[in-house]
Amino acid sequence: MQNIKHYRMFLWSILIYGLIFSGCTPEHRFIKKAVFKGTNRISITFAGPVDKKWAEDLKNYAIYEKPDPDILLTISSAKVTDDPCTVILHFEDELNQDKPHVLTLKEIISEGKSIGSAVITVKKLYLGYLFSILIGAMLIHNFVFTKYLGLCVFFGTSQKKSTAIGMGITFTLVMVFSAMMSWFLYQFVLKPFRLDFLQIVVFIGMVSLSVQAVDTILRKINPALFKAFGVYLVLVIANCIILAVPLILADNEYNAWESMMLAFGAGLGFLIALFLMSSVRERLEIAKVPPTYKGLPIAFVVAGLFALAFMGFSGMAIF
Amino acid sequence: MAVTKKTNTQLLFNGILNENPIFRLALSMCPAVGISTSLMNGLLLGIAVLFVQVASSCTIAAIKGLIHPRIRIPTYTLTIATWVTVIDMVLAAYMPEAYKAMGIFVKLIVAFAIITMRLEMFAAKNPVIPSFWDALGMGLGFMFGMMTLGFVRELLGAGTLFGHEVLATRPLLFFILPMAGFFCVGFLMAVFNYMEIVFNRIRSRKG
Repeated sequence: MQNIKHYRMFLWSILIYGLIFSGCTPEHRFIKKAVFKGTNRISITFAGPVDKKWAEDLKNYAIYEKPDPDILLTISSAKVTDDPCTVILHFEDELNQDKPHVLTLKEIISEGKSIGSAVITVKKLYLGYLFSILIGAMLIHNFVFTKYLGLCVFFGTSQKKSTAIGMGITFTLVMVFSAMMSWFLYQFVLKPFRLDFLQIVVFIGMVSLSVQAVDTILRKINPALFKAFGVYLVLVIANCIILAVPLILADNEYNAWESMMLAFGAGLGFLIALFLMSSVRERLEIAKVPPTYKGLPIAFVVAGLFALAFMGFSGMAIF
Repeated sequence: MAVTKKTNTQLLFNGILNENPIFRLALSMCPAVGISTSLMNGLLLGIAVLFVQVASSCTIAAIKGLIHPRIRIPTYTLTIATWVTVIDMVLAAYMPEAYKAMGIFVKLIVAFAIITMRLEMFAAKNPVIPSFWDALGMGLGFMFGMMTLGFVRELLGAGTLFGHEVLATRPLLFFILPMAGFFCVGFLMAVFNYMEIVFNRIRSRKG
């Protein structure tokens, strides 16, 4: 038992370490960190004060975006800040911060002596990027209110709050599970063997399989939970979102962490939408609705109002 | 396991009017809200769904003797997925522009509840010929619903039909916006309900 605990701790620490440090490690001992500032600046922090004359000579810098090393970006100015350890590079054009930039510093001079050249990679903080994918899938591009997917199940299970929460949680669970499996299959089987055209068949098969798997596992491990959420499992297959997410993942070539975040965000977004809608529909039960609008028509109008409200998130960018 | 006694014409009109997938059964709402912004989109997605519905209904009706009851749902899903792959590739090859406008929805036909429901309720219990007519009716009903929505939204929102100018003005610009689909479906459902109420009132007065 003790062993298993240690093993788990070890796994988690590797995982967290990897997540935090995969983003921002400069590869030179004299450079502490290099980050994007605003839309067109990069700030470099050195371990000690650098020579001002060296730092402001633009010939000492060369920078390109990761996939194409032939296209060098033009730097308009380089300035040493009040703190002599920090240099800020200004660029003429806006930087595409989603891609890593490789920056070469020639013959760094600090306090009169040369430290040697350095090649460093400037990347956005990876955790922040993951978080922005999560929030994006959850609110900004909410699958129900801005992409109009999963509506059958959405209107079917939003009559009571308890049903809504049960459905939302079950859906999130299956969503993450099946999206990860579909991602794995797509990246390591379909793409290498050029079987892209089988996407739809494989993904829907994956969904049915994972629903069946979650059903079996839940029944064995936690019968109480199965009793509460088992009924919603069948409905999960009829939800378009569960198929849309793997298709989006395949189109955008996300990596494993990004895929998990998108799937998780999609599930949470669906949960939020269901909960909001069920709160309103419980109130609608006792409201005076014209007989022609009773039931679904008024629910659609309410969903339209929610969609209008969710438009307020559009165009928002985090990090 | 009741084999249907309805005639083929009755089956056909059952799907279009009595059990219209969009306005009466309220199934497959995602495309009805998402891409019914023009008459053309409605027509094209309607044709795609019609094809998938008819093809998979006939397939299942033909091989229903071979399917073990416990794995019937996965079998239905895979059959539909195969036919969706076919229509997806055909549309991508011959109508790239329309395909782009419909986006992810063509691939998502797999998850439309209406098709699986028809297979489970009808094709699994009936021979090929009635299944064909039932599927045709359902597909046409879906197409009719999508085209009604597309007609209303395009006419009121942009003043055009199939891209040709009909009205000189744009009476309700709001209807062309994506989320107006929710309002439009709600209003049209209410109109259908109203028609039903009026119809019943007239009939009870006569009776």
